[in-house]
Amino acid sequence: MSGHNESILREPLITGKNITYAQITDDILLPVENKANKAWWIGFIISVCGATLWVVAVSYTFWFGIGAWGLNKTVGWAWDITGFVWWVGIGHAGTLISAVLLLFRQNWRNSINRSAEAMTIFAVICAATYVVSHMGRPWLAYWVLPLPNQFGSLWVNFNSPLVWDMFAISTYFSVSLLFWYTGLLPDIATIRDRAAGLRKKIYTVLSFGWNGNVKTWQRFEAVSLILAGISTPLVLSVHTIVSMDFATSVIPGWHTTIFPPYFVAGAIFSGFAMVLTLLLVARKVLGLENYITMFHIESMNKIIILTGSIVGVAYLTEFFIAWYSGSEYEQYAFINRSTGPYWWAYWMMMTCNVISPQLLWFKKIRTSIAATWILSIVVNIGMWFERFVIIVTSLHRDYLPSSWAMFYPTWVDVSVFVGSIGLFFTLFLLFLRVLPSIAIAEVKLLLKSASEQAKMELIKDGHLNKEQVQEYVESLEKFDSVKQEEYAKI
Amino acid sequence: MSNIKYILGSFGDPDEMMHGIEKLQENNIKIHDVYTPMPIHGIEAKLGVKRSRLDVAAFFFGITGTLTMLTGVYLATVVDWPINIGGKTHFALPDFIPITFELTILFCAFGLVGSYYASTHLFPGRAPRVMDLRATNDRFIIAIDAKQNVEHAKIDELLKGAGALEVKYNERKYISYE
Repeated sequence: MSGHNESILREPLITGKNITYAQITDDILLPVENKANKAWWIGFIISVCGATLWVVAVSYTFWFGIGAWGLNKTVGWAWDITGFVWWVGIGHAGTLISAVLLLFRQNWRNSINRSAEAMTIFAVICAATYVVSHMGRPWLAYWVLPLPNQFGSLWVNFNSPLVWDMFAISTYFSVSLLFWYTGLLPDIATIRDRAAGLRKKIYTVLSFGWNGNVKTWQRFEAVSLILAGISTPLVLSVHTIVSMDFATSVIPGWHTTIFPPYFVAGAIFSGFAMVLTLLLVARKVLGLENYITMFHIESMNKIIILTGSIVGVAYLTEFFIAWYSGSEYEQYAFINRSTGPYWWAYWMMMTCNVISPQLLWFKKIRTSIAATWILSIVVNIGMWFERFVIIVTSLHRDYLPSSWAMFYPTWVDVSVFVGSIGLFFTLFLLFLRVLPSIAIAEVKLLLKSASEQAKMELIKDGHLNKEQVQEYVESLEKFDSVKQEEYAKI
Repeated sequence: MSNIKYILGSFGDPDEMMHGIEKLQENNIKIHDVYTPMPIHGIEAKLGVKRSRLDVAAFFFGITGTLTMLTGVYLATVVDWPINIGGKTHFALPDFIPITFELTILFCAFGLVGSYYASTHLFPGRAPRVMDLRATNDRFIIAIDAKQNVEHAKIDELLKGAGALEVKYNERKYISYE
């Protein structure tokens, strides 16, 4: 495991002096084992208010039907599907971090995977509620399942992407939950062995009797790797199928083959933005600066530039293909998007998703916590507008000018959306209090090879290339959790 | 001494623990099990833990999912109630690839994790068989059956020589039953 030393050129994944295995456990379990601080309570109360609004708005929709929303004959899909795609997209970063980065042996995933996976699960819950509530008769939601029924067994239409979507989202949710929970077992056992009384009883049940012996750990790693291997194509398939909800239709603006890769890139883009929005606050409030370091933040920002640029190229390609296709309906759909009555939404999307992430090319900006946090929110807003633009602007002017219409949301539309954000944060804040927000066991793996103190010892041993050490020390300047004076002495 | 069931070598460092395992094995002392707060790479070869066959199981669970969906869709769309949808053939295979893929993954994941839980005896509410409470926190524990290996003084010496911070003599196998 730590038989060989890691290259000094690699930036540390754990900073701080005198970090021990016990210290890692204590630091990460601090919010779980102690009373919540004021910041948590303020956040929780606001979130619960939001979640309450969500309950009211969704109940109202169930009672009165989707006539409570601002939909009309022309625009039959609007904020509901916008919200659905937005949430599912946000969920993708969790799987990307836990699965794809595991396959690529990116060790920096170890301290962010747990909370990102939790985020995935909560985001998919938010998304799923939209699916159910937009059905109109939510008590018949099980009709999307291929169940034998009283209609002579009239089956669902297996040719329809909406049915594929049901399979994709439910598989995605359950597999993510399985992956997340299996990864949690050793950490729940850690809480169990430190707890007493009722807490110990609860965590004993939840820990499934984990004791960390050799065979269990070895099988655990095999299972993680296989789950990562199957989750990687799964996550790509989920947003591909979500995009097929649109792409297999014949609506100008939707009927494009670029949708699957473009949606997947957009999903990862928005997901990483949400991970940053959450973790930049969490690391500060929970005091986890030594585990979620500037290297993690910068790496995520680099993924945001990459996926943001892919999304940008996709927007331009889509526009070009609309012109190149020679189809006047397709051409009109795009001209209308950018210059029609919804021009502001289109340019909002362009600015937030294509232009502003390019600022992250500047090292000053991508290593600034405040700038990163603001940009992550800008990206979240931009990605919401992207879905709004695709959905509403493609529908609101159809083939008959007499049926052209605008979409105006009602208070219910707004409340369902704002409320779903409240629900998401309520779940996330509860998660921070009852489960370890960082995978304790996986971070411990890095202590002897990739931590700042291990590298410090290597430097003190003095068998390293001077230039490389110099480069390493310079790379530490951006870290807010590293004291530079230590290195000046050496 | 006769009441002692297990001797535990408690290490603070995984490399020292690996060293301890080597020392014990050189002296033909059989190790009951090792409990660690994190996975230790290379330990399974030392302790003779066989390669996991979960990957094989996962493959067959996945294939079961594939066949289940293809059979199910065939029965629904061709045998039970054929419907003309846009003039497509009743068994329009390309349309069924996404759902077949999803069911493959679903069966594979649940089968795999289910087999894992079954083979390592993990299930909700199982009483944890813990020998040392710090094994999930900061200690790396080597457990030796004290009845089978009677040279306790030598074991003590070997463990401490390898860097064990503490050697415990447990009169009960699992301290977690209380």
